[in-house]
Amino acid sequence: MTSPTEYLRVTDLHAFYGESHILHGMDFRVNSGECVTLLGRNGAGRTTTLKAILGLTGRRTGSVMLNGREVTGWPAHRIAHLGVGYCPEERGIYASLSTEENLMLPPQVGSGGMPVEEIYRMFPNLEERRKSQGSRLSGGEQQMLAMARILRTGARLLLLDEISEGLAPVIVQKLAEIIRSLKEKGFTIVLVEQNFRFAAPLADRMYIVEHGRIVAEIGKDELEQKQALLHEYLGV
Amino acid sequence: MSEIFGIPIQAFMGQLMLGLVNGSFYATLSLGLAVIFGMLNIINFAHGALYMAGAMLAWMGLNYFGIGYWWSLLLAPLGVGVVGIFIERSMLQWLYRLDHLYGLLLTFGLALILEGLFRDLYGVSGLPYSIPEEFAGAYNLGFMFLPKYRAWVILASLLVCLATWFVIEKTRLGAYLRAATENPQLTQAFGINVPLMVMLTYGFGVALAGFAGVLAAPAMQISPLMGSNLIIVVFAVVVIGGMGSILGSIVTGLGLGLIEGLTKVFYPEASSTVVFIIMAIVLLVRPAGLFGREK
Repeated sequence: MTSPTEYLRVTDLHAFYGESHILHGMDFRVNSGECVTLLGRNGAGRTTTLKAILGLTGRRTGSVMLNGREVTGWPAHRIAHLGVGYCPEERGIYASLSTEENLMLPPQVGSGGMPVEEIYRMFPNLEERRKSQGSRLSGGEQQMLAMARILRTGARLLLLDEISEGLAPVIVQKLAEIIRSLKEKGFTIVLVEQNFRFAAPLADRMYIVEHGRIVAEIGKDELEQKQALLHEYLGV
Repeated sequence: MSEIFGIPIQAFMGQLMLGLVNGSFYATLSLGLAVIFGMLNIINFAHGALYMAGAMLAWMGLNYFGIGYWWSLLLAPLGVGVVGIFIERSMLQWLYRLDHLYGLLLTFGLALILEGLFRDLYGVSGLPYSIPEEFAGAYNLGFMFLPKYRAWVILASLLVCLATWFVIEKTRLGAYLRAATENPQLTQAFGINVPLMVMLTYGFGVALAGFAGVLAAPAMQISPLMGSNLIIVVFAVVVIGGMGSILGSIVTGLGLGLIEGLTKVFYPEASSTVVFIIMAIVLLVRPAGLFGREK
């Protein structure tokens, strides 16, 4: 059933943290080279969706197909090696590691990762601060580092969780440029966003998540006619 | 004869040297505890028993298989490490999500079982292990005699501790370890096999104890109780240095050994309690320990 261009397919995914049932049957797909956004309110289950794809939640049922392989039963450290890069909501910069160590930490998970020189060209701040402890970076620098370190690994599918959150407008703009250039390079991207204005121009398709399931799918060209829907779910 | 603070310099330096030897054991053992606590969140009460097991393995190797000191120094820690990996896989791995108390109780129980086992086999009167020929005798430093074996114990412990520190703080493997200690979930999401690293860390931590045990074999009586005599002081060292701090445990171990030695010179009555007095003061002033970070 899997078409060759389909990178990620999530079918009837349920996930649990202890007793609480967070995802109630998520269904969506992401094609190779596509940028897809999961929009929704806080607590709708978007972050949990990313974690469930990566095998980081507790119990999960349903199906996650990555590159045509069913990974629901896999341990987390094997899933990354299918070419998945993850940028967590809290950015996940290790305080006990230097900037450079943070950058070099994730192992190669695919071929054709970005060379370190190119990463430093893209993020000049990181080169300047490569000896600093991760905890000493500014919020913007931490976000850049969290992005940079998954570009190095050769991951082709990037799961990005709220990367624009809490950052100054110029940095958000810079991030949007980076996402655009990554799309040109053929990366497949899942953006979890709250910031509609940031996500809308970047996304090829949007899914709206509520109460742990997808409630609407909006294509890039349907934005106008589905204004009302967006307003209802997101208040934008 | 020259004197320091009214004490003959020979006696003074002798006690200082003994203090350093004890400090070397404290450092090596508390380093293992620190590495294990950082990664596994487990207070390894079996550490003393595994140190004893290292010494016992060296003795058994020599007496049953004719394995000499140098091979024991390599093989006994490996053996203890394998025992550790078995303990981690079969028992400890189920406890990580629970309170510290469970790990502490389990490892305490294991310590009692191990000690009981060796007590049943060999009694408690102590087994002799002679100093390897290379280290018989002493250096005459002019102001004191330095037994060669004691010098070796200090040197070997220091080297092992510094090598461990170097690997953890300065290498890629060490970066993996620090990352997995700080945020195991994310580290695993990057594709690093964290459960495997946890297992090897426990194996390595207890192998350090086994190494200290072999080093101790010729220097002290080998007895099933040698671990429990030492481990209480080592725990005090860990508390003073700060739970989980690598450099802290090395420096504090050596420092407290020295302080203990000095106390033996100036006020022998307090020599066995001085470490605990320092611990109480440190806990009052800096609850996270001298090198620890408050969480």
